[in-house]
Amino acid sequence: MKLITAVVKPHRLDEIKEALQAFGVHGLTVTEASGYGRQRGHTEVYRGAEYTVDLVPKVRIEVLVEDDDADQLIDVVVKAARTGKIGDGKVWAVPVETAVRVRTGERGPDAL
Amino acid sequence: MAPAITLAAETELSAANTGFMLICSALVMLMTPALAFFYGGMVRVKSTLNMLMMSFISLGIVTVLWVLYGFSLAFGTDSAGLIGWNSDWVGLSGIGLTELWDGYTIPVFVFLVFQLMFAVLTPALISGALADRVKFTAWALFVALWATVVYFPVAHWVWGAGGWAFELGVIDFAGGTAVHINAGAAALGVILVIGRRIGFKKDPMRPHSLPLVMLGAGLLWFGWFGFNAGSWLGNDDGVGALMFVNTQVATGAAMLAWLAYEKIRHGAFTTLGAASGAVAGLVAITPAGGAVSPLGAIAVGVVAGLLCAMAVGLKYRFGYDDSLDVIGVHLVGGIAGSLLVGFFATGKGQSDVAGLFYGGGLDQFWKQCAGVFAVLAYSLVVSAVLAFLLDKTIGMRVSEDDEVAGIDQAEHAETAYDFSGAGGGAARTAAAPAPVAVPAENRKVDA
Repeated sequence: MKLITAVVKPHRLDEIKEALQAFGVHGLTVTEASGYGRQRGHTEVYRGAEYTVDLVPKVRIEVLVEDDDADQLIDVVVKAARTGKIGDGKVWAVPVETAVRVRTGERGPDAL
Repeated sequence: MAPAITLAAETELSAANTGFMLICSALVMLMTPALAFFYGGMVRVKSTLNMLMMSFISLGIVTVLWVLYGFSLAFGTDSAGLIGWNSDWVGLSGIGLTELWDGYTIPVFVFLVFQLMFAVLTPALISGALADRVKFTAWALFVALWATVVYFPVAHWVWGAGGWAFELGVIDFAGGTAVHINAGAAALGVILVIGRRIGFKKDPMRPHSLPLVMLGAGLLWFGWFGFNAGSWLGNDDGVGALMFVNTQVATGAAMLAWLAYEKIRHGAFTTLGAASGAVAGLVAITPAGGAVSPLGAIAVGVVAGLLCAMAVGLKYRFGYDDSLDVIGVHLVGGIAGSLLVGFFATGKGQSDVAGLFYGGGLDQFWKQCAGVFAVLAYSLVVSAVLAFLLDKTIGMRVSEDDEVAGIDQAEHAETAYDFSGAGGGAARTAAAPAPVAVPAENRKVDA
């Protein structure tokens, strides 16, 4: 199994959710996040005094998938998240040892 | 302020003027809480309440002092052009309900309550420079002392019959010198004594709520119509209406000028810039509005908007911490408006004196300079001395820990906003069920 994590622009969340549903993903976790990549936030001006706001709002989406689906699913997320502008975010995958559905106790792929 | 001459023909109480002036007084009262919100939105979350309270307390302190002796000091019988006194007015005890104010058509009680609102607002203006760092007790004492030894005498100079500036012919329709220059110079005097906020020029100190700033600026603009249009003390000859028009015109022009400056200099039309430009225009038209034409008011507004927008950056260059730009907006705006009277006075409004551009030469300009710089110097020096004395006795500043943690909690035992989930203020989830008390004997204890 793999854990796919995507940190993306908040306004792309709906598109990503729809794309994942169309792909057949049953569940996901969304967290509000903040951070910066190469774009380093933005500048605000108050009576001429400039403030650099480093951390910009993002959402963090996490999905557990079977190994065979991981690459394809990453493509789906990237396609749905992309605006082509700076700050679109990142997607990565890490191996997961096991997963358990709490209600039934099912383990592994059955728990997804 | 209208000249305190006796008009023989008009000595009867006018219900219309009395009603008009009572409404104007209420409008001016609104300016103090409006100022509180204007300032309150500009500070950080942790000192919002203190900023509101520094303005609000003036409504208590100055009101009481005004009844006890303030009105008498400001508008009583003149001594040497410097101060007034009238023992019949102490406690307002000897004033008849229908007794008219000095040849005008309004009762003394109406005049004194209108003037009271000016006296309340002026010390509140100073507080913007002192955000985040002054003990509330020290501030309250400062307000009482400052009103007594600075505001009441200066109001007498400028508006009292026999006051030296009044006799010299300095034009200050509604308080450019007595209110704005006075407060701005005092702010400078106090901050030279108390010093900068911890983290000035290092920590971000951006406004916590621009909507509050806009609300405050909008209410100030509204209240200012009473401040300015009411200062003719009646509505018989159109000067009050001219003042109303000029107030609107100069304020709009100043807002546009500030925004244009900002767009060119910093690349954006900011909300804070629009609010600040409006206030700068209101300040500048205050002394000038009865003397200039509406086109002159546009000029006054544009000059004030540009000058004030430039002036607010000076604190970073010179390193003094005028937290919310009382000097940049009120002192600079007040000086601009007062001096521009010397150029733009038409000779057809409040007085028949014309400025340089209307064939009057530089005579009025020099008079305006005398008024401006005398008030500036007096207020600056006396305010610095008062702050110094308070600092050496009870201390002006809160402790470093309290300043960093937030003055609201330290001085007022409150905070402005509840951001905790548990308290319910910012919680997004449904309220948690209230804990149920279980009698001790019923509790299960795991072995």
